Order: sequence, then C-alpha cells, then structure tokens
Amino acid sequence: MRGGGLKTYAVIYLIFLYAPIVLLPLFAFNDGTIIAFPLQGFTTHWFAELVRTEALIEATVNSLFIAVVTAILATCFGLFAARAGTRHRFPAKAGIMGFIMLPLVLPEIIVAVSLLVAMLQVGLSPSVWTVIAGHVLICTPFAIAILNGSFANMDNSLEEAAIDLGETQLSTFRLITLPLVMPGIIASLLICFTISLDEFIIAFFLSGNEPTLPVYLWGQLRFPGRLPVIMALGTILVALSILLLITAEYFRRRGLRRAGLKDTGGFL
Amino acid sequence: MGLSTRLRRAARTESARGLALVSPPLFYALLMLAAPLGTILLFSFWTQDFLTIDRTFTLDNYREALSDPLYGELLFRSLRIAGAVTVVTVLLAFPIAYFVSFHVRPDRKSLWLFLITIPFWTSYLIRVFLWRVILAFDGPVNGTLMGLGIIDEPLSWILYNANAVVITLAHAFAPFAILPIFVSLERIDRSLLEAARDLGENRVMTFLRVTLPLAMPGVLAATLIVFIPTIGDYVTPRLVGGSGGTMIANMIQTQFMRLNNAPLGSTLAVIAMLSVTVISVALILLTRRWTRGPR
Repeated sequence: MRGGGLKTYAVIYLIFLYAPIVLLPLFAFNDGTIIAFPLQGFTTHWFAELVRTEALIEATVNSLFIAVVTAILATCFGLFAARAGTRHRFPAKAGIMGFIMLPLVLPEIIVAVSLLVAMLQVGLSPSVWTVIAGHVLICTPFAIAILNGSFANMDNSLEEAAIDLGETQLSTFRLITLPLVMPGIIASLLICFTISLDEFIIAFFLSGNEPTLPVYLWGQLRFPGRLPVIMALGTILVALSILLLITAEYFRRRGLRRAGLKDTGGFL
Repeated sequence: MGLSTRLRRAARTESARGLALVSPPLFYALLMLAAPLGTILLFSFWTQDFLTIDRTFTLDNYREALSDPLYGELLFRSLRIAGAVTVVTVLLAFPIAYFVSFHVRPDRKSLWLFLITIPFWTSYLIRVFLWRVILAFDGPVNGTLMGLGIIDEPLSWILYNANAVVITLAHAFAPFAILPIFVSLERIDRSLLEAARDLGENRVMTFLRVTLPLAMPGVLAATLIVFIPTIGDYVTPRLVGGSGGTMIANMIQTQFMRLNNAPLGSTLAVIAMLSVTVISVALILLTRRWTRGPR
C-alpha cells in the first residue's frame, strides 16, 4: 500500500529529526572526556560540575531575565497586533502586518548587525537590555501567529453582548476577551520564553560582557575538555524546552476546546 | 462643529481604532527594525578611517565588495549552499507533509505536527554541534557504515565542507518547510481528487495535475522561508563548514567584530539582502507564471 511506504519514510525522517536530541543525554551521562563512541560508562559528574561553574550561573541568570522580559513584552505587542489584525480594517493593513512579521524571515545576522550598529550610533552600550530589544523584535511575530489563532476563534457576539449589557470597553476586555484568549497568551509567553532562551546570534552581537547561556556555550565549544559539561548543560536546556512546549501545546489545545473548535494543527 | 468633537468622532471610526491598536508593535518595529536597517544602509556608503568613521558619501565599499573575488565567492557560495539546502529540505519535507495530510487520521494530525516541531524548538547551537559529533570521523554515521561493511574507511566528505552545512541546515529548517506545505495540502478539496480519478486519471497523474499545482503556494512559501534565513546563517558554517563551507554571514561578522570595519560589513549585509530579495521576487513571479501556465 502507498501509505505504508510513506509511513516508513515518515518514521525514518523522524529518526533523522531526533538523532541529535537522542545523542545528547548519551554523552552527558558518559564517563569519558571525548565526545565519541563507544561510550565509557555512566556518570553524573558532568552535571555536578555545572553547578560549580560561576560564569555559567551568571549566564543563566542573564538568560532567564532576558527570556522573562522578552516573553512579556513580545506577548503584549502580539496582543495589540493580533487584535488589530483580526478585528479591524485600516489603511495599508497588509503592508503594516507584513512589516511587523518581517523578522520571521529576515536572516538573523542582518537583524543583529543592524541593531548593533544603530545602538552604538545612539550611544547605547551592549547589555542585557539591548539583547531584550532584539529578542522582542524576533519573538513578536511568533506571538502574533499564536494569538491570531485565539482571536480568530473567538465569537464576536460575546463582546457585543457585554457592551449591550452595559459593560465599558475596558471591562469587556477584562471580563470577556482576556479570559477567552488566556490560553493563547500563556502559549505565546512560553514560546517566546523558549525562543529567547535558545537564541544565539542576536545575543552574540548584542550582549557585550553580559553573556547569555548560548553565548557562554559558544565560548566553551572551543575547549575540548569542557565538552562533556556542555552536553550536560544541553541536556538540561533541551529537557526544559520540551517541557515548556508540551505545556504551551496543552494550553493551546485547551483554548481551542474552550472556543468549541476542533484541533487543526500545531503552532504557526 | 469644533475640532475636538471631529477628532473624537474620527477616533471612533473603524480604521482609526485599528491603527491605534496596531501602533505600539508598529512603532517598535519601525524603531528596532526600519531605523537600524536604514543605519546600515547609510553606513554602507561611509568608510572606516582607522578608529573614526568618514561620513563622506562614497561607493568605495561597493566597489571593493564587488571587485574583490573573495567576497564574490563567499556570496555565490552562500547562495549555492542556501539553494541546495532549500531544494533538499523541500524535497524531503514534501512526502512528510503529504503523509500527515492524506494518510494520518484527523485526530492524530496535531500529534504528528507536534512531534515534527519539537526538535526545532530546542537549542539551535546544541543541535548544530551534535551534527558535528554525528558526522565526525569517529562518529556514529561512519561507525555504523563501517560496522555494516558498506565502507572500509571513514567518509571524509561529510564533515567540514559544504555538504555538512547542507545536511545540518536541512535538519534545522525541516519544520519550516513541512508546515506551509502541510497547510496548503490540507486546503485541497478532496472531491477534486475524486473527480480526477472518476474522469480516468491514474494516481500519479492525479497527483501531478491536481495535487501538486494546488500545493504550489505552500511549496513556494516553504522555499522562501528556508532560503532567506539560510543565506545569513552563521553558526552552521562556523561549526561544521570548515574552510570550504564558510558563508557570507561569517565574513560580515569578521568585518564587524574582528576587523572593526563596520562600513564594509554593512555593505556586505546590504548586498546579501539585495541578492536574497531579487532571487525571492524572481521565484515568486516564476511560480505565478508556472501555476497559471498553459491551460
């Protein structure tokens, strides 16, 4: 059967997709300093060493701070844009929305160097805040994509009913709109957090002497002796990302159920 | 009628409210995207004079970028690698999108899509680095192939060259290609396929004459969404590309961070963006003509 052949291909493709992630924990728990087969034995030594590395802890704090602020700001911008995009007609709408979504396809190196040059021109020195500025820019399109779904699925008449029953614009938003799009907001927060946590290029150019986790990781890749520790760190990061994604997906589906819709696909 | 009432009335109109709502993200994008892009455009016409920037308008950078064979080769190599990555990624992705859209039970579709997108959300840096491990001289690919007796000595053409860059990027951008194709396949009215079969077309012809043309918007979107970012990829060429796999982004970074020549770096960035834009527009126009095509 045709579907059978395709299914075999799909499974092989999934193995290709998951190969790097599956290898990661193997090396993280491997009792050997060389990242190669055959494996030597089981150890948690590399994880213990992570906690003792002070620069790593600083980088983690920077990364978490950047990711939290980015997630909140990008989701706020996403709310504005998604609301305007799904509910209103205004001049040059396609152009404006396209422009806001542009960072999604723009090569990251272009975003990074142009931001760096512009910021140095106006006298801002690289710091966690410049990284946040860049991350908000690239996360907003993702937030919009997720929130567009939430707003498009919402029944217009619910808001109209609230206004007719004497609620103000603001209280309608708080009492009706916000609860209905809340699952989308949570999914957007989690996705933006994940993107910011993993983003490298913009952080590489804009973090100055306040490195984020990926920037720290990049610096460590040069030292072969540090690689097992990097694998341990990678394992934690990947596990965290997957956990956040599953949570985001759970909220996105709950949002769909609340809107009484059938699930049609993933993010984007 | 006073000015304030007129303003208030205007503010109540549909389009004014829409514009007001969209203005915060729009303003942010103008400030953080349009202004910086304008700045590098400006910089590309200036020159670096040791530690200061000479702000007289000149085309010297463009002349240097276009006449020095090094930059030309890097740009063409980037376009070639990005082109190869795009073709490989889209060709590998299409059957998956087709499988999920046509052969997976509707209630299982989102699970499949979720499985496909998970690896994409994990640390890019770590994934690329692990490809270096996988493709290495003593890595699992060579180990398996030698263990099976397919090859006698480790393959050397799979790491530290353009091939490694293509493999790694095809992996990194897989979901970007699968999702748009999947969406366009989902939109195809299944009764059209039945009609084609009823009218005597076989499966292959139905696919070629009905499914594929209708999926073209998705394929085009996938092509662009893979092609444009891969041109500017920095991490993959650095980690697995060796000297033969270096791309334009690596040179842009070198100009900015190592050689302290922001104007020339800006020029290279502008040229890279222009080439991407020209190729993308050409692709869109070509696809439009092809899908309208002879009737």
